[in-house]
Amino acid sequence: MNEGFFYPEFEILRREDRCTACNLCGQQCANGVHFLNAKTGRMESDDSKCVNCQRCVAFCPAHALKITESSSAFKQNANWQPDTVREIYKQAGSGGVLLSSMGNPKPLPVYWDKILINASQVTNPPIDPLREPMETRVFLGQRPGRAVRLPNGKLDCTLPPQLELAMPVMFSAMSYGSISYNAHAALARAARELGILYNTGEGGLHEDFYCYGENTIVQVASGRFGVHEKYLNAGAGIEIKMGQGAKPGIGGHLPGTKIAGDVSRTRMIPEGSDAISPAPHHDIYSIEDLRQLVFSLKEATQYKKPVIVKVAAVHNIAAIASGIARSGADIIAIDGFRGGTGAAPTRIRDNVGIPIELALAAVDQRLREEGIRGRVSLVAGGSIRSAADVIKAVALGADACYVATAALLALGCHLCRSCQSGKCNWGIATQNPELVKRLDPEKGSRRLVNLMTAWKHEIMEMMGGMGINSIEALRGNRLMLRGIGLTEKELSILGIAHAGE
Amino acid sequence: MKSEGQVRIPSGCAIAAVISREGRRMSGEPVIRAMEPMHDRSNGLGGGFAGYGIYPEYKDYYAFHFFFDDRAARKACEAFLKERFEIVQSEIIPTRKLPAITDEPVIWRYFVAPFPSLLRSLQLDEKEFVARTVMKINAELPGTYVFSSGKNMGTFKAVGFPEDVGRYYRLEEYEGYCWTAHGRYPTNTPGWWGGAHPFTLLDFSVVHNGEISSYDANRRFIEMFGYQCTLQTDTEVITYILDYLVRVQGLTLEEAASVIAAPFWSTIEQKTDLEDKEKHLYLRNLFSSLLVTGPFSIILGFEGGLMALNDRLKLRSMVVAEKEDKVYIASEEAAIRTMEPEAENLWAPAGGEPVIVTVKCKTAI
Repeated sequence: MNEGFFYPEFEILRREDRCTACNLCGQQCANGVHFLNAKTGRMESDDSKCVNCQRCVAFCPAHALKITESSSAFKQNANWQPDTVREIYKQAGSGGVLLSSMGNPKPLPVYWDKILINASQVTNPPIDPLREPMETRVFLGQRPGRAVRLPNGKLDCTLPPQLELAMPVMFSAMSYGSISYNAHAALARAARELGILYNTGEGGLHEDFYCYGENTIVQVASGRFGVHEKYLNAGAGIEIKMGQGAKPGIGGHLPGTKIAGDVSRTRMIPEGSDAISPAPHHDIYSIEDLRQLVFSLKEATQYKKPVIVKVAAVHNIAAIASGIARSGADIIAIDGFRGGTGAAPTRIRDNVGIPIELALAAVDQRLREEGIRGRVSLVAGGSIRSAADVIKAVALGADACYVATAALLALGCHLCRSCQSGKCNWGIATQNPELVKRLDPEKGSRRLVNLMTAWKHEIMEMMGGMGINSIEALRGNRLMLRGIGLTEKELSILGIAHAGE
Repeated sequence: MKSEGQVRIPSGCAIAAVISREGRRMSGEPVIRAMEPMHDRSNGLGGGFAGYGIYPEYKDYYAFHFFFDDRAARKACEAFLKERFEIVQSEIIPTRKLPAITDEPVIWRYFVAPFPSLLRSLQLDEKEFVARTVMKINAELPGTYVFSSGKNMGTFKAVGFPEDVGRYYRLEEYEGYCWTAHGRYPTNTPGWWGGAHPFTLLDFSVVHNGEISSYDANRRFIEMFGYQCTLQTDTEVITYILDYLVRVQGLTLEEAASVIAAPFWSTIEQKTDLEDKEKHLYLRNLFSSLLVTGPFSIILGFEGGLMALNDRLKLRSMVVAEKEDKVYIASEEAAIRTMEPEAENLWAPAGGEPVIVTVKCKTAI
């Protein structure tokens, strides 16, 4: 039966006049696409195995390779798109749930691209970041509602524990296991150099990385992998992961093949066993249970670490966030539906959750209406792609942003969205030692530092243009934003005026 | 076209002030004249003054100054007030007809004290009750606007050039120990008197020159605490911030200045006085949403004193000078020289450095 066959999605175009048959592409491709035909002495390829990760293209010394979308197409049908048809064939063949990786690629609205930023003209001056101080430092944590004085009349300057960031960006959670040791090493080193934080994800913290504790957020997810007292005390803060933008309502799944050696030890589970974190935390079936976990973690860390509660952006996010703000959490992280993942059921990734822009705006507004926005910090994630997205998120109301996909791109990811295969040719989403060593942590960390330094410059330029010289004066400053091509309803949820108003 | 309050209108401005440290009362005439050399810093679309110590005979009562659209609005408001306050005096604020000042609303003042029984049942202190009532009137009573609500002080403002506004209100007939003045250069043509400055709440009055870039961040934060920014002006939000920090949070003026014109993190880090360093870290962190950025020079008037403050980059001019018991502050030295040609110790305070002047002996006022 060949009902399920379709022509490969990608075609390898090899310019024979340039190819020297050096077989470097063959060595680079973990999917086994390229091979040397010993008889002819020429390189050949099996297009059906290609995931379009661009590794061979980037490494071909003769620039002989090109990968294109296959021109072989189903008969045109606006309703039955090629992806939909292919997925049906796959499920008819396997009977399984479809898996995907990285963020939702569907053509749903990207509100960031429909928001424009203000600048000063005449009535107040732009500020030149090359000549004047421009502050991007952010503190995340709870702020008491009242200034307290000691009996001697001086201010009692004690504050609840805070996270300090040199710029309003953090690397968001990616577990050791879903990504490689070298990827973690690069993130940790870059976070330290940048004065920001990275996040362990739910896979525990490798013993080699405890030294980066001050720049680490340790995550506690529903599987509790790798969670113990020393781990909780190792980071600058603790994150309770209630949900993830790419797969709201379900837990994580790391296949047993990735649970080997250090990953097994770090997660504290047997080698080869699947690491399946349950959909709910089994000690949190309601908001009052969350409060108990928040305070359990604070007890375990002597109230020295701020606790972040991370939730996926879902329909009722404003009310949920309001509940979290009253649960003792110091920081709320909201993850939008375009957020990435190492593996998620395709249907969930592509259909569940809401955009971060709307969720963030709704949460910030709700917390203000309830008078409790000052109590907690807000972190927005779920596809923050550039410095402009950061500026827009802060102006909508975020204290800081979580960035993961952009960080992986800096490490070499080409968004082939095949992380679940474990055969990442870029050494990121894999535990295959041969592949892992392709990612040099030193070079990777340098590229991450470069990327964030570039963003920081851009953030400062845009702030200066608005006449703002400190990032806190931008937070929630929605007058600095205008919508373009948005409906009244969208504008009202975002709390911004339309361009020209 | 949208009117003031429905849209945000940036303005440039001129400000001036004089205070006697001895609490000696002086007429409003000098500060009116101070605005004349700064004529071009205003465009005739707003001017105003605040005088402190001007109502000694009613100093225990809140002096509410009102703009009413018409008699019906005044009658409705009076009924509202009578349910909440003892009214010891109500009168038209005396004015003189000037060709330069037109389209006058009905301008009245009431000297009032809230009913103690009401305060007890609401469990509010007097000032909080008065502040809330003023905001309720301004937000909810149509055609009615309270533009001054402190004790033994009053604000006088109108659409026009400041020197004309001062003469219109016959300020030379009042005597106060402190006067502040404002000339406005708004960037559109509002026809509403309430939009002129000073902006006041209780005994706080603010005159301000600048356009702050942090406006919406500040507004959305302060509105969590019961303030309603109905005018959408910088001056309004700055007044509420200062009221919140000083009256509600109990900060000193210096501490409040360290919040709104906070030192740069790098400056705080370099501080060798560890207690001072810790205090600044604390204040900046606790009230991070009340940092005010963009250009401003403000003069805050309050019972018994004033505070002048520039933004931390000093993006607006402001100079200070002294002569005997008096301290003068203005956007330009020329204004000070008009008030006191022999003024001494003239200096331009650094960005973020508050200049606080208080009357030495409270009993004098």
